[in-house]
Amino acid sequence: MLTIREYKQAATLEEAWQLNQKRPNRLLGGMLWMRLSKGNVQTAIDLSALGLDTIEETETEFRIGAMVSLRQLELHEGFTAYSEGANKEALRHIVGVQFRNLATVGGSVFGRFGFSDVLTLLLVMDSYVELYKGGIVPLADFVNMPYDRDILVRIIVKKTAAHYSYKSVRISKTDFPVLTCAAALTQEGVQAAVGARPAKAALVKDAEQLATLPMTAEKAQAFAEYAAGLLPTETNPRGSAAYRTHLIKVLTARCLTELGGKA
Amino acid sequence: MEITLTLNGKKLTRMVEADTVLLDFLRKEGCYSVKRGCDTTNCGLCTVFMDDKPVLSCAILAARAAGHSIVTMEGMQQEAAEFGAFIADQGAEQCGFCNPGMIMNAIALLRENSEPTEEEIKEFLAGNLCRCSGYEGQLRGIQNFIAWKKAQAQA
Repeated sequence: MLTIREYKQAATLEEAWQLNQKRPNRLLGGMLWMRLSKGNVQTAIDLSALGLDTIEETETEFRIGAMVSLRQLELHEGFTAYSEGANKEALRHIVGVQFRNLATVGGSVFGRFGFSDVLTLLLVMDSYVELYKGGIVPLADFVNMPYDRDILVRIIVKKTAAHYSYKSVRISKTDFPVLTCAAALTQEGVQAAVGARPAKAALVKDAEQLATLPMTAEKAQAFAEYAAGLLPTETNPRGSAAYRTHLIKVLTARCLTELGGKA
Repeated sequence: MEITLTLNGKKLTRMVEADTVLLDFLRKEGCYSVKRGCDTTNCGLCTVFMDDKPVLSCAILAARAAGHSIVTMEGMQQEAAEFGAFIADQGAEQCGFCNPGMIMNAIALLRENSEPTEEEIKEFLAGNLCRCSGYEGQLRGIQNFIAWKKAQAQA
């Protein structure tokens, strides 16, 4: 059971950061995952009053506030157009609309959860996190940084010219995924992010130019095999390591085939 | 701590503990349509509207609702009664425990999309679990309600 002694809506990021330096205090995201945890929180720090619940779209990038809900990201017309619907495919399977109206993008990304569809999707894009003290860091680096007590302010997604595809496998609707896979076709070639292995999402780039255009089923399969060889998998109650490795091959090849059709 | 919010159109000021969840707050205020089901943010029984958006009241601190408008089924009697009665007439419910959450979320769907496809209905209501109807009755009931509303509008 989670107990909270005090609730504080921070008036500034500095106030939130200062409060967050004390070990018994915790920042609130959407509170969906935290709600299921156990422990005693001295002060729950809420960022809701800091205006971080909007998605700003400019000519060159999307600036997604940490408190933007998953539902906002799912329904944002500009982001949907840019991601070619990959955002909807990544988000629509997450529990239900009521859940996605609460869960925040910042909470999903800062948590770097293994099961995160959001992290998988953003990782395959040209994404950065803006940390209050740590500045702007590529998401690919942030994923592997140790947890600290900084504050994730927003996620920045550059409008790099690319095509996107997203696929996941679940045992039943609304469950955690057994595997998630996002792929991108950029001017540098293809890359894939694979999550729920069950470890957090990791990125594989086509360093060996296996899947150049025009895409064929053989090239897609060759890159899928390459990715599966690089990404370790593990067993948990949702699937065995061998099954997940097989799924990496299947989902990556399907994503690349889809990308080939968009090129 | 003291919070002020609007509940079903009425402004309220109350004292709450920092870790009181909205679900408990609402039931204490007499909103018994708001049910505790799974208590793990999965079942949708505790669905209420926060600033017109369906949310899970089991996962929100009451403190976070301060300054917002909360609507439960008690606050939308006419709309909920019309839809609920129709669903009952269709035999689309069994034990009825999940009904308040399902009705709230179905109304949210119909406000957002008045003519959803079967797939859109299933997707929007995926966060509302029902252990006895098998969902088919609910789906049929919602589709028939939409057709009935459309026929009414055209009449």
